[in-house]
Amino acid sequence: MTKRVAFRNARLIDPAAKLDVKGGLLVENGRIADVGARLFNDADANDPEIIDCKGMVLAPGLIDMRVFTGEPGSEHRETLESASLAAAAGGVTTIVVMPNTDPVIDEPSLVDFIRRRAQATAKVRVLPMAALTKNLGGEVMTEIGLLTEAGAVAFGDGDRTISNTRVLRRALSYAATFGVLVIGHAEDPDLSQGASVTEGEFAMRLGLPAAPAAAEAIIVERDIRLVEMTGVRYHFGQISTRASLDAIAAAKQRGLPITCGVAAHNLALNELDVGAYLTFMKVKPPLRSEADRAAMLEGVGSGLIDVIVSGHDPQAADTKRQPFAQAAFGAVGLETLLPVALGLVHDGGASLSHVLQTLTAAPARILQRNSGTLAKGAPADLVLIDTNDAFTVREGDLRSRARNTPFEGRSFHGRAHKTFVGGECVFERRAKR
Amino acid sequence: MTPARADTLLKSSHLLGIEALSVGEITALLDLADTYVALSRSASKKTDLLKGRTLINLFFEPSTRTQSSFELAGKRLGADVLNMAVRTSSVSKGETLIDTATTLNAMRPDILVVRHQDSGAAELLSRKLDCCVVNAGDGSHEHPTQALLDALTIRRRGRKFEGLVVAICGDVLHSRVARSNLHLLLKMGARVRLVAPRTLLPGDAERFGVEVFHDMKKGLEGVDVVMMLRLQLERMTGAFVPSTREYFRFYGLDADKLKAAKPGALVMHPGPMNRGVEIDSAVADDIEVSVIQEQVEMGVAIRMAVLDALSRGLAREGRNAP
Repeated sequence: MTKRVAFRNARLIDPAAKLDVKGGLLVENGRIADVGARLFNDADANDPEIIDCKGMVLAPGLIDMRVFTGEPGSEHRETLESASLAAAAGGVTTIVVMPNTDPVIDEPSLVDFIRRRAQATAKVRVLPMAALTKNLGGEVMTEIGLLTEAGAVAFGDGDRTISNTRVLRRALSYAATFGVLVIGHAEDPDLSQGASVTEGEFAMRLGLPAAPAAAEAIIVERDIRLVEMTGVRYHFGQISTRASLDAIAAAKQRGLPITCGVAAHNLALNELDVGAYLTFMKVKPPLRSEADRAAMLEGVGSGLIDVIVSGHDPQAADTKRQPFAQAAFGAVGLETLLPVALGLVHDGGASLSHVLQTLTAAPARILQRNSGTLAKGAPADLVLIDTNDAFTVREGDLRSRARNTPFEGRSFHGRAHKTFVGGECVFERRAKR
Repeated sequence: MTPARADTLLKSSHLLGIEALSVGEITALLDLADTYVALSRSASKKTDLLKGRTLINLFFEPSTRTQSSFELAGKRLGADVLNMAVRTSSVSKGETLIDTATTLNAMRPDILVVRHQDSGAAELLSRKLDCCVVNAGDGSHEHPTQALLDALTIRRRGRKFEGLVVAICGDVLHSRVARSNLHLLLKMGARVRLVAPRTLLPGDAERFGVEVFHDMKKGLEGVDVVMMLRLQLERMTGAFVPSTREYFRFYGLDADKLKAAKPGALVMHPGPMNRGVEIDSAVADDIEVSVIQEQVEMGVAIRMAVLDALSRGLAREGRNAP
């Protein structure tokens, strides 16, 4: 029997189709069967289950291209299941999980493990990324062909930069053979060794070990040269400085197959937020100067930055309750990704449709998926967004196993109200008590 | 340098590579080799053409099959053959290549067959020695007798070079066999495809006038000849390709991939084979398609032809006179 769900009275936003209209949407067997302004205007559909959207925004579910979990190896930090619960609550219907686990995802059988585990436990779609070098060692390339066949959607060493240029050149060249996507991390490992914040006056006052912001652009510029040589499809996972953005702008101008992302925390916070050694502000890339943060906002607005990611990196309390220099890097972000992004709309930096594009159509295009759109036939991965929902982040409300949010106590305007994956409701926000 | 000799089979007094040969020279060598195939198949395999001549096999890299092939070729032509494995002697004592050359020169050989790990080594020796030099493989540069024996094998299987489509598959980047074959096949009017991952191809491979494929099935589509290359062990484990199992999955010749080639396509391999790495045993041992054993036989005939051709110049010049 065909399972049908009708959404009516929605503000439909589909950035992929440049659509922003009031109307309805029909889901049949987990796929979008129809969409349009006149659909269900008269509420005449009597057989399907009807969801009244009450004028809220109905958009494609978010695709988060950068999520770390602790599965396998450190499940106390996060499992695929707990990450998926946080994702669903954040309106995220697809997560790309990083290979930085224990063991590292560098073997076809481990890609298979992630896929099976996700199928059995996760509420949202999980796309495994595989390491580009074995054991993230930066020396020996992984079996890119076999890993792709096993289901890896992209390759990269997560939050590690491959410092050996010869190794990287060959790995990129080999990756280009198979036409796969490489997601790189730009942070010169030697310049940033031991550093916990970005270099500058504030770091000097705090007396914290710091790395120059140029540590990022140096690698960005190097990798652009290698992309030029090898022709590989290359995505900078997270950039955070104006210099990086300028280099990428020039590379895009030259027609190179390069895209880039920015982490929500680099859009919303700057180096001063570290304040009195708040370790939850110790993240990668580090929080930058206000000028660099402004450049990131500008980049999203202009479209030069293709995607916004959460950079979700759950850390247990004991690794954060440490002197700043010894504390772990990372912040959870799945549940705050959409609220932070909507902040750009409220501040006038970008239209709602444009911001949603960086979270749906753009990542889908880069990952070559057929989701991230409301087009007929696409999977019914949807988020119903209440743009009027004002709230304050409380770590106790988070679904993630780890609570290391840098946004504790901050107020936002707008978040996911309901989330659907393949037409099934995976999250519904309960009314406030 | 020895002046060009218009009336002999080869213009040069050395065989350093295919690149410098003309179509006429290649054809003449193949024709001559045909006669040595016949001789080698007869009961009395020996002639006294090179009687009194000294042939030195100077191998800086170990090679069983090329060295024995040259040795046999020399002996069948009646020459005195001396095998020198240099890895175990002079080099370990600090002798340079030039020193070795001068020493050998004093021994007055007529023909020197040299295999060396460095590209250009045969060329260097040819400038320092008074005898004929045959390149039996220099680094990643050329291995002319291999390309000639491959051509002989193809021709004796009734294939015409003009318009023939040949896929050269595997480690083209490091392969002297690939380079020599490339030159020969293109000179003879064949169309050449290179099939390999990007890491095993030179950067501007297309500039050679070949078609480049990264997908083996597409690369083999409709080809007349599949030439497999050997993947060196040290290149299998991470630097150029991630693993042997991945290489075999995507670039190893098996029955499934071979289906893309023209029915009756020839399968060739210069040997020694890495079974289960670049070629599946089922294909390598299939006498319907594999001409790998024939290649070995043609190797001796080609080397006899080369030694014969070069020695004609020697005789006329009356070299080695005091």
